[in-house]
Amino acid sequence: MDQAFFRVDDLSISFGGIRALEDIGFTMNKGEIFSVIGPNGAGKTTLFNCISGLYQPGRGDIVFKGCSITRKKPDVIARLGIARTFQNIELFSHMNTMENIMLGRHIHMKTGLFKGMFMWGKASSAGREEILHRERVEHIIDFLELQNVRDTFVGALPYGTQKLIELGRALALEPDLLLLDEPCAGMNSEEKQDMIFWIKDIQDELGISILLIEHDMKMVMDISDRVMAINFGKPITIGTPEEVQADEQVLKAYIGEGD
Amino acid sequence: MDMKRDYYEDVRLFSSPAVVFWFVVLLGALYLFPLFAENYYVYVANYIAINIIVATGLNLLVGYTGQISLGHAGFFAIGAYGTIILMAKAGLPFLLALPGAALIAAGFGFFLGLPSLRLEGPYLAIATLGFGLTITQVIGRVQLFGGREGLHAPDITIGSWIIDTDKEFYILLITLTIFLLLFMRNLIRTRVGRAFIAIRDADIAASTMGVNILYYKTLAFAVSAFYAGIGGGLYAFVLKFIEPEIFTLMMSIMFLAMVVVGGLGSMMGSIAGATLLCWLDLKLRNILSIPYIGDWLEHLSKNWFSITGVSNIQFIVFGTIMILIMLFEPLGLFGVWIRTKKYWRTWPF
Repeated sequence: MDQAFFRVDDLSISFGGIRALEDIGFTMNKGEIFSVIGPNGAGKTTLFNCISGLYQPGRGDIVFKGCSITRKKPDVIARLGIARTFQNIELFSHMNTMENIMLGRHIHMKTGLFKGMFMWGKASSAGREEILHRERVEHIIDFLELQNVRDTFVGALPYGTQKLIELGRALALEPDLLLLDEPCAGMNSEEKQDMIFWIKDIQDELGISILLIEHDMKMVMDISDRVMAINFGKPITIGTPEEVQADEQVLKAYIGEGD
Repeated sequence: MDMKRDYYEDVRLFSSPAVVFWFVVLLGALYLFPLFAENYYVYVANYIAINIIVATGLNLLVGYTGQISLGHAGFFAIGAYGTIILMAKAGLPFLLALPGAALIAAGFGFFLGLPSLRLEGPYLAIATLGFGLTITQVIGRVQLFGGREGLHAPDITIGSWIIDTDKEFYILLITLTIFLLLFMRNLIRTRVGRAFIAIRDADIAASTMGVNILYYKTLAFAVSAFYAGIGGGLYAFVLKFIEPEIFTLMMSIMFLAMVVVGGLGSMMGSIAGATLLCWLDLKLRNILSIPYIGDWLEHLSKNWFSITGVSNIQFIVFGTIMILIMLFEPLGLFGVWIRTKKYWRTWPF
């Protein structure tokens, strides 16, 4: 009987002749912040894409809450409780902040074609559902301090704000596992500090487990419970931040070998 | 100022009492119109209303969901033929035959939507184009559908109301149009509408947020085909006689042009685009009867372009309008409207 919260077993994927991931395996505990580090092109985002169902791995298994999600479709995986953000922002640029985050409520709402067409007022079934979920989204907007951009179209907002809205959208899904792909990329140190607090809050207050990709080593070492380092698609080491920092192979991967 | 906020505020049908007032005024004007207008203008209004229905449906597919269809004349034809056959051969009353035929069109739309998961852009355009051309070929060869000779539309009766004039048909048509527009407006503000827009803007993100891409793409095709089917069913009674040659590729392109000229992803745009292009289409057919300009155009055309004179000038004008829209206002008429509104709000600064 498999009791692990989230487990990746011997995951491998190749694109043509390139082995993007080779025998990646790790186990995550519930409530943990688990970071994946590695140089550019190491396969970190490929790993995320396999987990969220965008890529079909060639070999291996991904098990979430005791059920294999390896070849499931992205929307099915989302329904099981895995949400993610993207390295290159993937927001719905012609919607405002509110509506973007409302899309995160998609799996929790029921209104279909006919109920939607008959949304005549507050008392209609679709109307009541809208109100209920907009209230939930308002809490997320409050939590991430996005009130001042609530009704602004996201396409024109600054990069850091867009990253936050993506985080909000993922939170609206109420996931058990949150995949964050470089949440701090391109942020200044103040914004980074805020992001670190929010990630901590998400772990502590909402009890969401977080799988994190990040290049900022200070941040990774600060907030991670455990860290996995990969290079050229292969795992180098897994351990606590201190252990990984001291690992010689990790240093080699980042700095290169001395002569 | 009332600071009490309500979460329904963002999605409600009318954003202020003033909007309710103007909506009621518009409704009144629309229903009183046939009392004052000549028959020809009622006919024009019918023609425009039908195109508004189709353009609204196509806008859901092209403007909101980001797919394309060059086959909407096919759904239009299915609606037209379906309604007449269900009435004449199956003996259904008009009010059942029309949605019945539109549901058949929606079924075809669903199947045409299935390949949309794999086909994008030009490839989807070709697939839908093929569908539109095939439908008219099939209809032209089947005896049940009247073949090349076409079909005559029977009289419409609803209860004891026999609709045999353009003005009576206008009342029925405008009622249906208003309801179809309101249904669409409601739908777009809900979960389903957001899913459509999400697929258009970032389909990968939408799928990782739990949106079933295939389901919503085929749904958009089906709803869009349903609207085109309703439009077709009504059009049969404006023309009173239908034949396969009516539902050409040019018709599909015209529907698409209405949506693009009006503004992709805007319902007001679809209404404006359909109205403008239909009106121009009818007016430009008579361009030769305008004094001086007509003579000059005929002279120009006979000397330089064709022996028959100006037969297709409307298409030249439409092409020019589309090029200008693409160059200067990609949001279409809706974009022009937004800019004008902004300008006057801040005028004179």
